[in-house]
Amino acid sequence: MSSRGGEGPIHPATPPLSEPSAWHDISLTVNDEQVSAQVESRLLLSDFLRHRLRLTGTHVGCEQGSCGACSVLLDGVVVRSCLALAVQANGRNLRTVEGLAGPDDPLTALQQAFHEQHGMQCGFCTPGFLMSLAGLAEDGGTPSSDEIDEHLTGNFCRCTGYVNIRKAARQAFGLPDPEEPSDG
Amino acid sequence: MADDNSSGFFGRSLPRVEDDQLLRGQGCFIDDLDIPNVVDIAFVRSPYAHARILSIDVTAAQTMPGVVAVYDGASVADRIKPLTNSEELRVPEGIAALNPVVKIQPAPILAVDEVNYVGQPIAMVVAETRYLAEDALEVIDIEYETLPAVLDMEAALEPDAPLALEGEVDNIGVHVRHGIGDVAAGIADAAAVVDEIFATQRYVAAPIETRGMVAQNDPFTGGLMVWSTTQTPHRVRDHVAESIGLSVDDVRVQSVDVGGGFGQKGILVVEELLVPFAAHDLDRAVRWIADRHENLTADAHAREQIHHITLAADADGHLLAVKDRIMVNLGCRNMVGLVVPYNSLCHLIGPYKVHNVDLEATGVITNTMFTSPYRGAGRPEATFAMERAMDRLAAKLGMEPTELRKRNLIQPDEMPYRTGLLDRRGLPQEFDSGDYPEMLSKAVDMIGLSQFRQEQKLARQEGQHLGIGFALYLEMTGLGPFEGARVEVMPSGRVRLYTGAPSQGQGHRTVFAQLLADALGVNPTDIDVVAGDTASIPYGVGTIASRALVTAGNAINQAGGLLKQRILSHAAEFLEAEVSDMQLEGSRISVKGTPAVGLSLAELIRTVPKLVGGSGSDGLSETSYFQPPNYATASGLHAAIIEVDPSTGRLDIRDYVVVHEAGKIVNPIIADAQVIGGVGQGIGGALSEHMRYDDQGQPITSTFMDYLLPVSSMVPDIRLGEIVCPSPTNQLGVKGLGEGGAVGPPAALANAVEDALRPFNIIVRSGPLSPSRIRDLVRDSNHS
Repeated sequence: MSSRGGEGPIHPATPPLSEPSAWHDISLTVNDEQVSAQVESRLLLSDFLRHRLRLTGTHVGCEQGSCGACSVLLDGVVVRSCLALAVQANGRNLRTVEGLAGPDDPLTALQQAFHEQHGMQCGFCTPGFLMSLAGLAEDGGTPSSDEIDEHLTGNFCRCTGYVNIRKAARQAFGLPDPEEPSDG
Repeated sequence: MADDNSSGFFGRSLPRVEDDQLLRGQGCFIDDLDIPNVVDIAFVRSPYAHARILSIDVTAAQTMPGVVAVYDGASVADRIKPLTNSEELRVPEGIAALNPVVKIQPAPILAVDEVNYVGQPIAMVVAETRYLAEDALEVIDIEYETLPAVLDMEAALEPDAPLALEGEVDNIGVHVRHGIGDVAAGIADAAAVVDEIFATQRYVAAPIETRGMVAQNDPFTGGLMVWSTTQTPHRVRDHVAESIGLSVDDVRVQSVDVGGGFGQKGILVVEELLVPFAAHDLDRAVRWIADRHENLTADAHAREQIHHITLAADADGHLLAVKDRIMVNLGCRNMVGLVVPYNSLCHLIGPYKVHNVDLEATGVITNTMFTSPYRGAGRPEATFAMERAMDRLAAKLGMEPTELRKRNLIQPDEMPYRTGLLDRRGLPQEFDSGDYPEMLSKAVDMIGLSQFRQEQKLARQEGQHLGIGFALYLEMTGLGPFEGARVEVMPSGRVRLYTGAPSQGQGHRTVFAQLLADALGVNPTDIDVVAGDTASIPYGVGTIASRALVTAGNAINQAGGLLKQRILSHAAEFLEAEVSDMQLEGSRISVKGTPAVGLSLAELIRTVPKLVGGSGSDGLSETSYFQPPNYATASGLHAAIIEVDPSTGRLDIRDYVVVHEAGKIVNPIIADAQVIGGVGQGIGGALSEHMRYDDQGQPITSTFMDYLLPVSSMVPDIRLGEIVCPSPTNQLGVKGLGEGGAVGPPAALANAVEDALRPFNIIVRSGPLSPSRIRDLVRDSNHS
């Protein structure tokens, strides 16, 4: 759906029929790229990302703000894109799971930790966990194990029972796993 | 080969090949498909638990912006056959001899004159976007006359109960009674009898990805291409073809990346017939993605059961008789027949030896969403009743609950053990292998039972309420009748594996490649797995009932063995050597002892068209189907130590141990995670999940704010122990373990709560054990 004219910003095509009475022009930065688009008032940010920009790594699990699968970073802060409207992202800086590691780059330490600790099964909730923890990292410093655990309660996973997600998160933040005996 | 573990890939925790794409947000789930000009579907659903439809007017909706089509019951009635899950409703011969009731109650595709649960589809709007489709729902005008609704199972079985489904004679959808020996005599001889009611509440499997489907006409065949989140693609193919009148050859169902299933996506719903129908009828690409409200209120529910259970034992605790009257809430219709009720029935006794058994299961029709198998499929409910009753019996006998269990276990030297009952196939129930005494002693050691009892005593003096609970269960895994695998060498020299059992997160691409790599003599990295594309293998069943590893795994092993022979004989012909002198290692075929003489698979496949010539042979490809001769019986024991605060009802899990036995393990890190993931779901059900209706039949837990999934803080770090009893039922020696973890927690935690609150003399008869429930139990206790 996206088309690009030379070096300019990304202009996703506007669909023929959505809500013709109320178009808004928005411009924002998504994963370091300039985007400008026409959106309807009621278009959810999650649908804008997924259907207009084809950034389908942001998943929609409930559209009720509960599950956290649609978490993205808006100006570095974790938000649920199913509870935000696309127009609210105007002029803002957005980061999605596709913005963590470039297509040709190795996985980030956070992503690698989920792989190594088998902190994922179906992978549907995974981008939400990654963005939620990326947001925690944006806060700076090293969070404590308790702070990580508290943070993780904002996302649902139905497959893993969370145990390996906690391990992955601790690894990503360089914390020892309480289950493993330390080298010392 | 499986037995050659030292050099093979079997038994190694290979990292998952699935992860990289998923971590980058590059997976392809159903709603990620980019189909040009796809139109979206939304449904008008019944707002009443039971009503007669007087009129439906869709004319206003048809002219709403972006609306492509609107269908109601009348407009599809002659064009799509009602849904009957024929595979699930089949009654095996042996079971038929028990004279069961299994009513066939086909689900209307869209309701015509009666709706009998909130959420039943009445009209379908197809529009340019989901937003516009939902706009159009608002102007569809339907007149109803409400009918009496019946929600409670006991009430539904009263002689004068209103009928939940008009035209029936009663509210019984399923009934079966089965037993052995003389229960009355067993009870008469008993020193102790427990007679109790234990119930399991209604759950929703609720994978984080809801159900969805995309369909479009195939421009070449005139048939249909269907992408689906289903766990059973071949069944969807067969049902779609049958119901809309296409040849089964012209419907292709392809499973995509699927965001969890747990059984909910293993059973067909009418929406899965309507979506392909609309695509075919409109000649447009059509998409339906259930929203969470639909998932919680109008997709399959599960579990709700009541057990009136009686255990009788002699003074030493030996079980003399077990009697159980099981009620299963089937919801609006009998959609899955005996599957859950009979699963509960034939798993109830678990690993214990009992010679007098009388079990009766009644499936009750009520004005609620239909229920179907969810991870465990009748076993968590049966285990809750049996293991709770065992703890009550132990208390009555003044015995440590683990001691009572120990005295009744089937012994390893009694394997294979026949219970005297019939299994789900109607054949004599036979447990193939297992070591329950070892499992029990391992769990008792790991949890530190004797040390805990001292700690518990001291804590009570301090006013602290600690408790321990155990739950022991077994699971007959590897449900037939078959699963298949097709393996072939591709032009590149890579190997491709096709099977009908898709993954919903279980890591089939990794694990199946490990199995094939061993059978064939190539590296797993040279194998691509395609699971759940009906065009790639003609028959399949799917990933349900802890069956994929047992059935597909063994089919893969068989097909791999056949392909290896074929490769070696082709290579021998090409190299003009003896087949017995050929070897295949790391995708290279060579002459034993002369490794320089050989060729790669890529080179060999290029020679095949010339070598085969007119022989009619099928190149480098083999297909094999595995039919399990018996179930592979896995087992597990959960042990939990908890602390309960009687003044707030707060429950903390201090330690949680699972000892599981599931035969030989192909990939330990994946297997462990399956067990732990199951435990997580089980803990959710034990402590917080409860799908509830009000007394008018309105679902009142229709969001994740009300239907409470477990979050990270509720699931402790689980400690795992393992026993290995290779299954003699299949060459790989494997058993299924996908469901097991979810079976134990409700019973183990309820037993622990009762143990913790022993001074209050409470009886935990049902879940979930939320803080308010625990407070109610304490408040209603005799303690003061």
